[in-house]
Amino acid sequence: MTAPAHSERTLSVKGLTVRTPSTSLVNNISFYINRSERVGLIGESGSGKSLTALAIMGLLPEPLTASGMVTTADSINLLALPEKALAQRRGKSMSMVFQEPMTALNPLMKVGHQVAEIMQIHSTRTTRVGATERAVALLDDVGLPDPSVAAHAYPHQLSGGQRQRVMLAMALANDPALLICDEPTTALDVTVQRQVLDLMVELVRKRNTGMLFITHDLAVVASVCDRALVLNKGDIVEEGSIDEIFQRPQHPYTRGLLAASDLDARDENGRLFTVATAAGYRPSAWSDEPGSAREAGPVHSPAPKRETPPIVSITDLKKTYVRGRTSMFGPSVEVPALNGITLDIEAGQRLGIVGESGSGKSTLLKILSGLERPTEGHANVLGIDLRRARDRELGALRSQLQIVFQDPMASLDPRMRVADIVQEPLLNSANLQGGRRMDAQARQDAVAEMLESVGLHADDMKRFPHQFSGGQRQRISIARALVCRPRILVADEPVSALDVSVRAQVLNLLADLVDEYALTLLFVSHDLSVVRHLCDNVMVMRGGTVVESGTTWDIYENPQEEYTQRLIEATPTLRAEVGRGSRGVVAPAMSHGTN
Amino acid sequence: MSELQPHLGLTAQPPQPLAVPVGQRGSRLNVQLIAGGILVGIVVMMAVISFVWTPFDPEHSVPADRLLSPNSAHWMGTDRYGRDVFSAVMVGSQITLLVGLITIGIAIVFGVPLGVIAGMAGGRLETFLLRVTDIMMAFPGLLLAIIFGAVFGGSTLTAMTAIGIAAIPAFARVARAGTLQVMSTDYILAARAANRSMFLIAMRHVLPNISGMLVVQASVNFAIAVLAEAGLSFLGLGTAPPTPSWGRMLQESQQFLGSDVHLAIFPGIAIAMAVLGFNLLGDGLRDRFDPKLQENR
Repeated sequence: MTAPAHSERTLSVKGLTVRTPSTSLVNNISFYINRSERVGLIGESGSGKSLTALAIMGLLPEPLTASGMVTTADSINLLALPEKALAQRRGKSMSMVFQEPMTALNPLMKVGHQVAEIMQIHSTRTTRVGATERAVALLDDVGLPDPSVAAHAYPHQLSGGQRQRVMLAMALANDPALLICDEPTTALDVTVQRQVLDLMVELVRKRNTGMLFITHDLAVVASVCDRALVLNKGDIVEEGSIDEIFQRPQHPYTRGLLAASDLDARDENGRLFTVATAAGYRPSAWSDEPGSAREAGPVHSPAPKRETPPIVSITDLKKTYVRGRTSMFGPSVEVPALNGITLDIEAGQRLGIVGESGSGKSTLLKILSGLERPTEGHANVLGIDLRRARDRELGALRSQLQIVFQDPMASLDPRMRVADIVQEPLLNSANLQGGRRMDAQARQDAVAEMLESVGLHADDMKRFPHQFSGGQRQRISIARALVCRPRILVADEPVSALDVSVRAQVLNLLADLVDEYALTLLFVSHDLSVVRHLCDNVMVMRGGTVVESGTTWDIYENPQEEYTQRLIEATPTLRAEVGRGSRGVVAPAMSHGTN
Repeated sequence: MSELQPHLGLTAQPPQPLAVPVGQRGSRLNVQLIAGGILVGIVVMMAVISFVWTPFDPEHSVPADRLLSPNSAHWMGTDRYGRDVFSAVMVGSQITLLVGLITIGIAIVFGVPLGVIAGMAGGRLETFLLRVTDIMMAFPGLLLAIIFGAVFGGSTLTAMTAIGIAAIPAFARVARAGTLQVMSTDYILAARAANRSMFLIAMRHVLPNISGMLVVQASVNFAIAVLAEAGLSFLGLGTAPPTPSWGRMLQESQQFLGSDVHLAIFPGIAIAMAVLGFNLLGDGLRDRFDPKLQENR
């Protein structure tokens, strides 16, 4: 079945350079992948990892060119091949799985047909019937329930995890010798990610396929790969087995990445390690019992119970969205987003809300911030009844409650200068300073002071958002949220769009500011380890309801609900993955989930 | 986030501000702006000078000098009444600029608020406003101008008004599409969380962010307006003779195309120059005011 492997090398890259007309983006890198070996390519955004994959596949976009040697088992330099010869190899002897399964599938074609097409194009199955039969078998292999029915589904009828399974079936249809996966699970929920990763490893092992696995997530690499390459700004800075890289990193950049990824480790000040403080980081703690490493635990003690009423009080909150009619005479469709949430938040609490996509956590945040009205139930924030609040009351609410959004680029107006962006909340007429509204000079001063405290400079006020890096933009976003000195800070996945090395800095900053301004924090995330680090209470949501809530320690160490347990198990953490020793072990309970 | 565009250059970690990658775009932007500026500048100069001086009186017929080819006295020749074509082209630029700017002014003043309100309000108001623009779209601009001409009599003013009204739906549509896009972004949520009023959100966030699209639409509509005025003048519904208009000059030249091509070429070049100039200027301005495409300061 597999193309006969004359040598052990499935892929050999020598001196690969990817250039724009003016600069070099990947600098003379060399690596190899042996038959049935799984190699991880680790790097942050802009490191050139996706370009490396595209160069190997011959899919580089227009102004970019590649030079060097890329050979597969038959020792032909792929970079020298004409497009036509390359096209014959793509999907046959090497194939690729992309990050976003929705955009990688043709929305107007049934998925079974898309899988069958790959085989017909390469004439590995000549008849349509044969190809269709094999497509159904492949869909069965990748764990789609009822594969013969699924083959007739269109991509939008499948869930994200199922779509990625279809992509995998397409990639493996012709038993390629090399499979390249570019962040294949980054867009998926954690429980689905775990299933897809396990499935990938299982299939690749069975077929002796060589795999190049590209990701920014070190825990995922540790759980999937045998060997890893660390790419930084177009250079491979380190290469070695998973154990070598993760236990004994040699290069400072690798060490920094590891330190910043490890949310269980603390430096001597009890803060997360960043790239800057990584020198003091010792990965040797891997082998420790996970429990003991975490005893350092949340650095702050839970807020003491007080007799004051809670500042956020929600009972039986419901929110239903009405989707427009799909047919002219049909009824409009009602989509329930929240199904009866009850929740109290004390002043000074740090509450983490975790849940997968569609759990209603973002809707809950929007209602609490007065950006959406609840459909039913009672919601009271800072003494304001959100169902009946008038504009003036919402103004008062917004002077006390501010939000940090997920994507720092999307949440800053590209046409505004930083000074105007950050001072926007100060223009709220409910914000008074000494009983009067702030004048322009007072606002400028407040902005400058706030920028300093999030680690930017007052000079940055005159610049536009695009002139900053991702982490800096999130600092601007935090500055805007805190400039009016709110009592409640709501953070919607504030670090999930950031690179690992920046994430730790922003988390440290958030923790500091929450302490400094005595904030009540509502922190929404799909990432359980981030919540564990920052919050003292956790609420787990699913399908618009609360599954479980309690103190962080109770939820993580002693989860009562089956769903919570699954979430925690599925979350890849560095310690657990490296500690697992033999990698890629398929947990039987997980391999046949479908979602 | 997608990792597929790392070559666009934003790595996340360096503490120092990043140099913005400008690349080829940066140099082209200036070329567009300069070329557009020069072409529009020529048209504007001609219009301004023609108020105080033209080589000849463009409305004065000299039967003896009929249909002369371009020569040292008459740089662009003369027409069938012996009038100087160059003087007529100069004076014609007044009408062209007036028509272009007024029609676009009308379309923007009415169309953009309609579109922004529709996009921000949503619901029934949006449906109502969209249906109104649909009805307006159902009337071809020229038909509207003919009706106006029949009712109010043909003049430059009626032509401009009609062409301007006909362009309102286009601006409303573009403005609404842009508004919908802007309203779905997180920075609008952030502005609402900062308790900004809908009016201020429209002024501070929506309009600046859709201005690029509007500029492009305006430069396209400028060209349409100049050509529509030419057509209307030919039908006798636009600028009345003897006031020179590029459009009518072009139409009048038709019967002499076999013998005296210069009568068609020079007004044609003038129209092309104005249209091209405004298009280039529009693109250049759009890029100039997009902070993302500017160099670091």
